Amino acid sequence: MEIPYTVEARNDTGLYNAKVGIWLFLASEVMLFGALFSSYILLRVGADPGTWPHGLLNIPIGTFNTAVLITSSVTVVLSWAALQMRNFAKYRKFQAITIACALGFLGIKTFEYREKFGHYEVWLKNPITVKHGDKEVQTDRLLGHIEFQGTHPSFWSTATLAAKQVESFKFEPDPFHYTMTAREMAHAKKAAAGKPHEVIEIKSADVKRLSAFVPAHSTYFGIYFTLTALHALHVLGGALVIAYLWGPGAKMWKTEPERYINRVEVSGLFWHFVDLVWIFLFPVLYLL
Amino acid sequence: MGHSHSPSHSNAGSADHAQEVARHVKVYITVFIALLVGTVVTVALNYLHFESMTVTVAIALFVATVKAFLVAGYFMHLISEKKAIYAILVSTIFFFAAMMYLTVWSRGQLPWGTRYLSSPTPGAPAGQIGH
Repeated sequence: MEIPYTVEARNDTGLYNAKVGIWLFLASEVMLFGALFSSYILLRVGADPGTWPHGLLNIPIGTFNTAVLITSSVTVVLSWAALQMRNFAKYRKFQAITIACALGFLGIKTFEYREKFGHYEVWLKNPITVKHGDKEVQTDRLLGHIEFQGTHPSFWSTATLAAKQVESFKFEPDPFHYTMTAREMAHAKKAAAGKPHEVIEIKSADVKRLSAFVPAHSTYFGIYFTLTALHALHVLGGALVIAYLWGPGAKMWKTEPERYINRVEVSGLFWHFVDLVWIFLFPVLYLL
Repeated sequence: MGHSHSPSHSNAGSADHAQEVARHVKVYITVFIALLVGTVVTVALNYLHFESMTVTVAIALFVATVKAFLVAGYFMHLISEKKAIYAILVSTIFFFAAMMYLTVWSRGQLPWGTRYLSSPTPGAPAGQIGH
């Protein structure tokens, strides 16, 4: 049996069926991401003042990745326009850029995740003196990187110290902490720029808690990884569909071109939605 | 059009159609540039570090919303769509708004244990850094 309304419009909707289908699906996606966004808002406004981690993500890289995703969105729509002009070669060129952007986005995201997994917060039992920019401060909470036997390990936690029987480790503290305001943090970073990193020795016995920037670190990283990983899965899914249509699925162009154009349009609508989600995720997670 | 392997179609080759697509392409490029500018503006304003958190949030969300309208309106063609899709969207907006309202509504009645990090480990005192 032939599938009805793959090309011609239904009388009641005025649309081919797949288009109604993708929009219904996107409606459910709005609710999925909306639920997580509202969780984020609730967690954030419920946090005690000055306790919400901020300024820990790499803004230049996040900005670049935003540009990568925006570029992929415009190449999707340009490729569809090329198909409407019956220019299959041009369509393929534009979608090749889309796929490259998708892979680039995921690659950059992976790099960002790895950076977080090797970045730590340590809570000490007693305050020590460290430099925050040009100021010396007394604090029992440090951000920074662990150096252990010549390596910079990832994923360590309080339990790792016991499991590996680590007596002490080297720590390169960052010249700031997220309990500062954004302005103070920026000032401290600027004051410390270009100066050599302090390295201190921390005894495991003095450590109250150790956590990498993983979901267990805090509510902030919990919601950060949930939202960005769910978004990255959408990028991956969208890229797979676009790549399928670009490669093996392109056979349809010769047999049913109108249906093929519709498929490309529907995959494009999904892709724009993924871009749209990122448009909100980026400022909310990176800048606020 | 000139492609030997391209199937023919009633629309293809019509000068009107070609002109219309060409006009759309111009719009897409303009929107693309606007989105990039929007991104740069958001990031640049962020480096100004406004005293007020409300101003920071308002600016970030305003620019994001404008960008979202550009993507939805032009890339997803929502400025000229069929009624059926607007109907789907209106109901989505209703339920989305209702969900967000539930969030706001529950603000006054936070359950125990959701306040973030008043102490890093249960029973331990809070961090020493003042603010």
